[in-house]
Amino acid sequence: MTSQTIHTLFKPLPGEQGAAAIEIWFNDRPLTVAAGRSVAAALFAAGISRFRATPVSGAPRAPYCMMGACFECLVEIDGVPSRQSCMVEVKAGMRVRSQEGARDLPPAAPIDASLENAHGR
Amino acid sequence: MAADFASEAVDVVVIGAGPAGMSAATRAARAGLKTVLIDEQDAVGGQIYRAIGKADARRKEILGPDYAAGAAIAEGFAASGARHLTNASVWQVTRERGVNFLKDGKIGSFDAQRVILASGALERPFPIPGWTLPGVLTAGAAQILLKSAGEVPAAPPVLAGCGPLLYLLGWQYVRAGVPIRALVDTTRHEDRWRAKRHLLSALRAWPFLSKGLQLIRTLREAGVPIFEAADDLRVESRLGADRVEHAAALSFTTQGTAHRIEADVILLHQGVVPNTQFTQALRASHRWDDAQLCFTPNVDAWGELDVPGIFVAGDGAGIGGAQAAALQGTLAGLAAAAQLGAVERAKRDAEAAGLRRALADVTRIRPFLDSLYRPRDVNRIPRSETIVCRCEEVTAGELRKFVELGCVGPNQAKSFGRCGMGPCQGRMCGLTVTEVIADARQVSPAEVGYYRIRPPIKPLTLGELAGE
Repeated sequence: MTSQTIHTLFKPLPGEQGAAAIEIWFNDRPLTVAAGRSVAAALFAAGISRFRATPVSGAPRAPYCMMGACFECLVEIDGVPSRQSCMVEVKAGMRVRSQEGARDLPPAAPIDASLENAHGR
Repeated sequence: MAADFASEAVDVVVIGAGPAGMSAATRAARAGLKTVLIDEQDAVGGQIYRAIGKADARRKEILGPDYAAGAAIAEGFAASGARHLTNASVWQVTRERGVNFLKDGKIGSFDAQRVILASGALERPFPIPGWTLPGVLTAGAAQILLKSAGEVPAAPPVLAGCGPLLYLLGWQYVRAGVPIRALVDTTRHEDRWRAKRHLLSALRAWPFLSKGLQLIRTLREAGVPIFEAADDLRVESRLGADRVEHAAALSFTTQGTAHRIEADVILLHQGVVPNTQFTQALRASHRWDDAQLCFTPNVDAWGELDVPGIFVAGDGAGIGGAQAAALQGTLAGLAAAAQLGAVERAKRDAEAAGLRRALADVTRIRPFLDSLYRPRDVNRIPRSETIVCRCEEVTAGELRKFVELGCVGPNQAKSFGRCGMGPCQGRMCGLTVTEVIADARQVSPAEVGYYRIRPPIKPLTLGELAGE
């Protein structure tokens, strides 16, 4: 996502002891996140709600199960694609990229699913 | 090829560090066996006791006494002498009890005398229109965010579906001071009537029953709007300011009345089912459980599969809950130790008798729960527009067309339309695909069968496999 606008789905519990803030990169932009959690949890709390686009229709996806089963949270971490962001602990300096399916879609391209032939490939 | 790669010989490998796995490893290690517990997380607990070792008093207070009880099991394991291999994902277990795993980008292997699979449960697929949208998660996922990261929905969520975990999450949110937009319960009045058949046995498990009633009472007292007998669930979307399509509302009906509740976070749950990836890949025999609506591996009284030397403990052998899992883990660890000559048969049997009595006590409520929270047909066998296979975006309608064209089972569905061939390897669609095909063919799910699961169970790169 190149858009600056965020859509915060989860936030730290009010009154929770503040976790150390660390800097990571998300889609080539610096992002301040809380440490001591999975990449997925860190991205959620930093207002990221689109983790990847599907290879079939380009539909946006975000974590669904948070336990390594659904593979909806796949991102690229430090150059390695298809990492399960719910299973990897976030570390300072990590370079995280949303995974744009198999089609190399331009980020944030408006997607009209009705124009897509889901099984035409 | 895998250079300087050797298997390490051990007595017992246990896979999964939830209550079953911790208990199994503890028992085997206490018998003096060289025991390794392998798990994907950085600490013990599994999902039910996730992050139990780092939870402070406040977190335990919010999550409740059932969660806090996991600390004793974790302490027992820590003192047992068993080795704990963290952050390691097992991608293959062979019938010869070879255990292949990936840790820190490197593969490793154990050659075990006995293997105990304790990979627990997965939440049952909940295929409704819009369930793939960002903002729709399982109740279990939300609970993991709470346990492991102290995160809660940024705006009041809708909780929808049925089953103890859904109400427990609501109860935990109330204790944490997190407002809930609504609880949308799919349990119908006829489910309550049907479940009454099992009420007598449930009453004998009064502590469990009363705990469940308390959860719902807490939600009512907190003023959470509760909708009962909800039908026609559908997640509606909107384009956010970030130009991304998100969940925006849950629409549903109750007895013909239409409702629409706006929420950015919609948490779905309709029970849990055994995680059978390993047992299916091992080609162990499974049966269709019509009470729990899932495939369950066939095991003997100790949890041993029809693959000699390989056991299943906990929810992976049929849903029984955390307390049952711990007892089954101890039973499997005990049986493995006896088979390897580390525990005498008479001692095994004496210890097992007590464990089995306790197991009967904690599972007495199950028939009642299975009946009361039996997920509705339409929420398992969805209407045609609904996506069944999330990875490859195959709808129920497409699946039914495959059947019209002659597709008889899940494995053929793969070649008809890539259904089940994405990275989740059928974890999110397997049971739905079986039931949709069975319904379309008017045969039993047992006859339709399940996906043929193959290793690697967890993805690894060719480079990792080659030991680069």
